[in-house]
Amino acid sequence: MDLTTTYLGLHLKNPVVISASPLSEEIDNIRRMEDAGAAAVVLHSLFEEQLTLESQELDRRLSETTGVFAEALSYFPDMTTYNLGPEGYLEHIRKAKAAVSIPVIASLNAVSSGAWIRFAKSIEEAGADALELNIFTLQTDPTVTSGQIEDAYCELVRQVAGTVRIPVSVKLTPYFTAMANMARRLQQAGARGLVLFNRLYQPDFDLEALEVKHTLQLSTPYESLLRLHWVAILYGRVNVDLAVTGGFHGGTDVIKAMMAGAKVAQVASAVLKNGIPHVGRILEEMRTWMQEHEYESVRQMQGSMSQRSVANPNAFLRANYMKVLSSYSLRA
Amino acid sequence: MTRKKVTIDGNEATAYVAYHVNEVCAIYPITPSSPMGEWADEWAAKGIPNIWGTVPKVVEMQSEGGASAALHGALQGGALATTFTAAQGLLLMIPSMYKIAGELSPATIHVSARTVATHALSIFGDHSDVMAVRQTGWALLASNCVQEAQDFALIAQAATLESRVPFLHFFDGFRTSHEVAKIEQLTLDDMRAMIPEELIRAHRARAMTPDKPVLRGTAQNPDVFFQAREACNPYYLACPTIVQNVMDRFAKLVGRQYHLFDYLGAPDADRVIVLMGSGAEVAHELVEYMTARGEKIGIVKVRLFRPFSTEAFLKALPPTTKAIAVLDRTKEPGAIGEPLYQDVVTALVEGLNSGVAPFEKMPRVIGGRYGLSSKEFTPAMVKAVFDELAAERPKNHFTIGINDDVTHTSLPYDPDFSTEDPQAFRGLFFGLGADGTVSANKNSIKIIGEETDNYAQGYFVYDSKKAGAVTISHLRFGPNPIHSSYLITKANFVACHQFSFLERFDVLEAAMPGATFLLNSYYGPEEVWDHLPRTVQRHIIEKKLRFYVIDAYKVAAETDMGSRINTIMQTCFFAISGILPRDEAIQKIKEAIEKTWGKRGEAIVKKNFAAVDAALAHLHEVKVPDRITSTFDIRPPVPPEAPEFVQRTLAPIIAGKGDTVPVSAFPPDGTFPTATSQWEKRNIALEIPVWDEQLCIQCGKCVLVCPHATIRAKVYDAKWLESAPPTFKHAPARWREFKDMKYTLQVAPEDCTGCALCVEACPVKSKTEVKHKALNMAPQPPLREQERVNWEFFLKIPDMDRRLLSPAQVKDNQLFRPLFEFSGACAGCGETPYIKLLTQLFGDRLVIGNATGCSSIYGGNLPTTPYCVDHNGRGPTWNNSLFEDTAEFALGLRLAINQQTEYARWLVRQLSHIIGDELAAALLEADQSTEKGIYEQRERVALLRQKLEGVETREARDLRALADSLVRKSVWGIGGDGWAYDIGYGGLDHVLASGEKVNLLVLDTEVYSNTGGQMSKATPLGAVAKFAFGGKPQPKKDLAMMAMTYGNVYVARVAFGFNDMQTVKALLEAEAYEGPSIVIAYCHCIAHGYDLVHGLDQQKAAVQSGYWPLFRYNPALLKEGKNPLQLDSKAPTLPLEKYIYNETRYSMLRHSNPEAAKRLLEAAQEAVLRRWKQYEYLAAMPVAAPESVAAGNPGGKEGE
Repeated sequence: MDLTTTYLGLHLKNPVVISASPLSEEIDNIRRMEDAGAAAVVLHSLFEEQLTLESQELDRRLSETTGVFAEALSYFPDMTTYNLGPEGYLEHIRKAKAAVSIPVIASLNAVSSGAWIRFAKSIEEAGADALELNIFTLQTDPTVTSGQIEDAYCELVRQVAGTVRIPVSVKLTPYFTAMANMARRLQQAGARGLVLFNRLYQPDFDLEALEVKHTLQLSTPYESLLRLHWVAILYGRVNVDLAVTGGFHGGTDVIKAMMAGAKVAQVASAVLKNGIPHVGRILEEMRTWMQEHEYESVRQMQGSMSQRSVANPNAFLRANYMKVLSSYSLRA
Repeated sequence: MTRKKVTIDGNEATAYVAYHVNEVCAIYPITPSSPMGEWADEWAAKGIPNIWGTVPKVVEMQSEGGASAALHGALQGGALATTFTAAQGLLLMIPSMYKIAGELSPATIHVSARTVATHALSIFGDHSDVMAVRQTGWALLASNCVQEAQDFALIAQAATLESRVPFLHFFDGFRTSHEVAKIEQLTLDDMRAMIPEELIRAHRARAMTPDKPVLRGTAQNPDVFFQAREACNPYYLACPTIVQNVMDRFAKLVGRQYHLFDYLGAPDADRVIVLMGSGAEVAHELVEYMTARGEKIGIVKVRLFRPFSTEAFLKALPPTTKAIAVLDRTKEPGAIGEPLYQDVVTALVEGLNSGVAPFEKMPRVIGGRYGLSSKEFTPAMVKAVFDELAAERPKNHFTIGINDDVTHTSLPYDPDFSTEDPQAFRGLFFGLGADGTVSANKNSIKIIGEETDNYAQGYFVYDSKKAGAVTISHLRFGPNPIHSSYLITKANFVACHQFSFLERFDVLEAAMPGATFLLNSYYGPEEVWDHLPRTVQRHIIEKKLRFYVIDAYKVAAETDMGSRINTIMQTCFFAISGILPRDEAIQKIKEAIEKTWGKRGEAIVKKNFAAVDAALAHLHEVKVPDRITSTFDIRPPVPPEAPEFVQRTLAPIIAGKGDTVPVSAFPPDGTFPTATSQWEKRNIALEIPVWDEQLCIQCGKCVLVCPHATIRAKVYDAKWLESAPPTFKHAPARWREFKDMKYTLQVAPEDCTGCALCVEACPVKSKTEVKHKALNMAPQPPLREQERVNWEFFLKIPDMDRRLLSPAQVKDNQLFRPLFEFSGACAGCGETPYIKLLTQLFGDRLVIGNATGCSSIYGGNLPTTPYCVDHNGRGPTWNNSLFEDTAEFALGLRLAINQQTEYARWLVRQLSHIIGDELAAALLEADQSTEKGIYEQRERVALLRQKLEGVETREARDLRALADSLVRKSVWGIGGDGWAYDIGYGGLDHVLASGEKVNLLVLDTEVYSNTGGQMSKATPLGAVAKFAFGGKPQPKKDLAMMAMTYGNVYVARVAFGFNDMQTVKALLEAEAYEGPSIVIAYCHCIAHGYDLVHGLDQQKAAVQSGYWPLFRYNPALLKEGKNPLQLDSKAPTLPLEKYIYNETRYSMLRHSNPEAAKRLLEAAQEAVLRRWKQYEYLAAMPVAAPESVAAGNPGGKEGE
């Protein structure tokens, strides 16, 4: 049985890729991912904003307590280094590359265009096999239009893709009005792959404390439906590798993704919940299913249930209630 | 050979040599020597080797006594070892010093000489500490400036190895230890060349080793001790010559020639001053100035004070000497004269007697004291001493630099006399501690010192208050060597980095005619003039100052610098001072920024660059009008209604004119009135809390958490509102029993520090907009006047009768008046709420013995102090004995009170026929466990006094004097973790074991906060601290657990930010328990490295993570058959990392060494969980009743 696939020009032994998560902060975990059968790993993101915030926080604490009192000219020893640049992340890439033979895909979230390019170059130099751009800006300014946001995305991808030789993918939010057009524009800008979709931070309320809670819920399989939907639509319409992420927990979820047209399925929540060996169980479930249903290869099924391959393409186009109405009408 | 020029301070210069020529550094923090140990620790942590290629071992001890003992051991073990200390620390080393000298062990220790505490503590410099060890057999070598501090550190090390006499190398605390100066740095080859290896081998050959066993430390009897003691004489006789030889070798190698006594001045001088330390630099400047003008004067700089070489001293004096003044920077009450004076007199007499003196007639010799506790010592004062020497009958045993209007010892001097170098630049910079002025100025000195041929000097004066601390930087640059070891009083550049200072201090007093004035001003060049006080306008006009303004806060805000205006002001300074070409200066500033802050991340460098680039566009010269227009002036330091003592003694100190206060203004025994902080209105808060009386539920939590007692609540009769100011707020009291009364929550606008902890503590949120609470911060200036009037009115409303309130309820006890207010503690301090609560609960009967540390500084540092009194004039009485002895000191207070109470009770019994049996019995049997009980006992005491009136027997007189001791007193020893866990632990343990009714409150910040965050045994595993560079590898000592093992000690661990009720309960139970108690209090602290507005959240996280479990161990419960240990918090629910990584002390290790951080986190997490299990187990243990042993089976036969 052939589980191999290609993604961003990389030959992968199967379509299960670990998506960016805190798990990949440990080299040991990355080794265990490989051992469990993962085909590639996307590292946790290098966040420029976090580096900046950490720098500022450290600087503030060290500065405001220095040269204030006669008896305490400072409160902390002066360290040789604080690793507040990208060096720590780059070193992590190097270590990951040395530790495993599966492809290592770096993930980057920067703020300034200078940093996107600089960090992307460094990531390439550190040996990453590909780079996933984790573009996330929550635009709250009511004067900024969707067109401006889309232009900015494309410009960014153009600059980064024009700078590095390794393949670049873009992890997207589902909130583009013209998703298909956006996908094409990103392709034109140089993206070799699109990852659908980013799971956005969703603040919750604590009703007792009347405070906004910082929570990050693990994904549920229900969320995979939105991804399947868009992969199925985009498959064949844009010439990029599609990846899904968010809600793909079991072998059959991955199979669905393949049928919709994805080259890989990225998993994180299921692994966070069930442990790294869960990757092996996903693969086993895929194999069993394929065996039972006499599929020979993953390639065979990729895109087989995309919008253009199903009997009723409209199934992907109707809104929920339309479907319900039509079901009633059928029964009647 | 060319050597590097470096711009460093005396501590660093000394530590640089000491570190490289030693193998072991045993250290303990004490101001002003702490930085020497910190440098050594930092270099060792970074793996920097000494001159022989090994990394010295730096070990922090529990006290200076411990450090000197470790030093003794290391020397006996054959290592080259050192320590760094000062003041009381040096005194704690005395016994070991005798041993080390008695065994002729070569060693050099380095002392930044500091005042020994007497009538008061002082962290500043004089020779009272080093003079207190002059009899120990150690050589005493004095350096006078930063260059010498470095040079003599090496000379001493070379000389000790050769002479085998141990050396104490000292220099003046602060004036030299903290002065930044450009010096020529010795190379490691210089050090190697100066220290012959055969001497090191000889030292090692003398080491204790079982391979060549010897025995030292014998006990000797009257028959031989004396002779044996004299056996060391040849070493002391040889020592001065050895030192001079070493100095000569040093001169050959390095080019700087020193002598045991260095003479400077006219070869035919008739008047000579003898002195040592930084004062000699000042005298040097004066002598150069005066001899150039033909004066026949000179000075002798004493280098080697012990062993004192009479011969070398006499040789140094010109034969023409007619009169000598000896200046001592110490005081020995009762002595004929101070030590140097006595030695000089003896040397002269002996020299004349033996014929080695250069003159035949004994010169006239006078002695005087100067510069105690870093008191300013200026060329004008030196001149006054020379003038006095010229007088027909010069005053002996004089003082210089003060106005002694009591015993009239002081010499007059002309404060306007100046010897300042006309070619030198002198700048004064007034800044806030938090705005980075000092750091920027240190950078400026480095730039000028290291990038130009100029000599450079920087000295920094700090505030004694921690919140809103003011710093004044004194910078000198010039083409000639700088000997000016005194503050700048004639400046050609003055920068004021805070506009509000203009109203508080006379910042332009020191400005010279034609000087430049740079002001950080919200007001632009066109409008600033009318916002200046009259005094400032007058200075500007009369002195024809060039006046510049910049809105540095605006530039800082635009460049993301927050409140850090340092690089902006620095850029302006360089731009208008013209010390360097403008572009070059900016380039150098940027290089310095990169060098200083580069490792904190690119964002920091970028924003500082942006600030530099933006600064000049906002710098404007002001066209100065020709007349004074202002309608206001500098505020008086205290209001006119302040008491006489405050007006006369404290007000000038507040105004920065403490130097002018005469001797007669001071109590001779260090006794000060309390309740003085109320007179010092500092107005440091940018924002203050504003009360929403509609929303408030009157819980009292804000009042409880306020570190400075600036937000208070009262419940009172509505009639008081009739005379209330128009904006005075109130609400119906939400107490069932006071439902007809009114409630007001009032802020002291001029005392508040703006920390916002009260807002954080407020549990109420508006239902329509949750960010609006019952307290909300708002800008202070527009509220200041209105709220000042309201506060004054609020104070007039009487406090609630304490008998009507329940002390155990926070809502109630926060109506008790705090008797600790407006301290100098940091904004957001985590210690002071506990002390304030203590004063609310027991303040009118509270006796405090306070360990040295933060709590003694904010508790007792002049000008004004925070402990205050209630409407009866009662309040805490307070004393700071030492750092190490607080528990014992408190025990002594307890014993004295007990004895007086016992005697008073005996007298009551004796005098019951006069007092009346009923009153006598009531006095003796009074239940004083409640507020009511104490109130009634006080009434009985008043009645007792009435009854005793006119009875003139000895017993009656005694009882009248001691009657108040019949009222219960609450005795507390208070201190930090440095005291309780380290230096004072032995005494603390002993007092806990004493069974006496002494309460101890440990304010646990987990580091030595006051001296700058050094590790203590309370420092948690994994936290970075000074002396724990790589994160502390050992867990925190469980002091509570140790105390519990006594079984009869009340022990509590509290954190008011998590559970204020539990804190209150613990304090009440501790006080009620008839035996020793210890309460260990979690104190968030600036040394933890986060915005203290989150202090309460961090306390919560500490408890929720199980790091700081709350409990009370009350042995009284045993009598009820209950387990004395009650856990007051639940099993850990929060991973430890969620707590610790909010704090820089932990997170900086995660940045600098992620792997170590991870390892330590795992160990710390495991320790937390394991310890929680232990507590749980102990708290669940069944209480073994005594009879169970008797009922058991002694034979231990099982199965029956």
